[in-house]
Amino acid sequence: MRGYLPDYTFESANSLKEALSFCEAGAKAFAGGTDLMVLFEAGLLAPGKYLDISRLKELKGIKNSKTQVTLGALTTYSQIRNHLILTKQFPILGLASREVGALAIQNRGTIGGNIANASPAADFPPGLLVYDAKIQLISTEGIRTLDYSRFHLGYKKTELRQDELVLSVSLKPEFQKYHHFWRKVGNRRAQAISKTMMAGIAKTTKKTIQDIRIAFGSVGPTAARCYHVESFLKGKAINTQNIQEAKQLLSKDIHPIDDIRSTGKYRLRVSQNVLEEFLCGIG
Amino acid sequence: MKKITLTVNGKKVSVQVHPFARLLDVIREGLELTGTKEGCGEGECGACSVLLDGELVNSCLVPVLQANGKAILTVEGLSKKSLCPLQKSFMKCGGAQCGICTPGMLIASQALKKKKKRLSPKDIREGLAGNLCRCTGYSQIIESIQKSGDRT
Repeated sequence: MRGYLPDYTFESANSLKEALSFCEAGAKAFAGGTDLMVLFEAGLLAPGKYLDISRLKELKGIKNSKTQVTLGALTTYSQIRNHLILTKQFPILGLASREVGALAIQNRGTIGGNIANASPAADFPPGLLVYDAKIQLISTEGIRTLDYSRFHLGYKKTELRQDELVLSVSLKPEFQKYHHFWRKVGNRRAQAISKTMMAGIAKTTKKTIQDIRIAFGSVGPTAARCYHVESFLKGKAINTQNIQEAKQLLSKDIHPIDDIRSTGKYRLRVSQNVLEEFLCGIG
Repeated sequence: MKKITLTVNGKKVSVQVHPFARLLDVIREGLELTGTKEGCGEGECGACSVLLDGELVNSCLVPVLQANGKAILTVEGLSKKSLCPLQKSFMKCGGAQCGICTPGMLIASQALKKKKKRLSPKDIREGLAGNLCRCTGYSQIIESIQKSGDRT
């Protein structure tokens, strides 16, 4: 049953400074609402103080320089998929944005929310992991920057403190010579929560892998890089034998479980096949 | 309770509501515009689609405070003196069957047509991916949009 309105307070922050002091006092940040309103509808949203951060200018916008791209936490999936430079430099982020829910969700859902909500099935984390993203968190004490790979600590657990907000995500545009791959597997192509998803980038010369990065989502408590597979493949030729061996090794990197969306066995098998699809495409 | 001001279908209105109330409930119950429907209540079906400052949203997922000061277009705002080209085309091509998804389909189609003049069937399928029709009349809905002409 839907949550009971009097159990909630909801206020707008007029400035970032005001928002941070609300957070310090225990309010929870509310951005696009595409996750939190679903919880509210199911009666699962914790009662308490919520803070509308959707109007904070400091958390908006995509900034581009030669050496860095910064996405404000309130950047929506639609803004990402429609951004020509960003989708060229980081194709996986554009492809993932197109497959989050459908247009109405993409117009509201934000990159900061996708990260802070910390769902194991979130669509951005695998891409951010292979692109070595950094994340900026802000509180009244100032800004701290973390490697994105250190942000998620476990199932629904993150480095974000109660008094902090996600400020932005930053990326270095250094992947022009890479092959980029994204694959999400769900029940249908739109409006589906993933059973497994994979982001991969690779640089090859003469059919030999120079550099490769692979990350999966929905197959563990958090999205994760596949270091066993990556270190096996680096310097190797792309051939049937190596691809088969990489597929076998994948079970050392991901440990999918049975849940409402799929079974662990199916997820591992399909993830191996998706990995094969990626590797066959980079030669 | 908080005073919320919205411009709904071009008309400025103010309501006293809980700031966390769903925009969908304010539209249907507060403003008595019952064209917008509730299907799933969790952003899956698109029956509650409205345009918020021109952007397609699921009104079941928008707390009304976030819409304060903004413009909203509901299905009632599509027709002025007569039905809009999209509505006429839905009637002509059989785009509506039981009708419960139709207001959302029309609003999502309107959003699509505003963004791009010439729509391919693929554009339409992607643009309507968040709108479910339980009668499964998708082919006629897509045809309705294709045959509705260039005007919005």
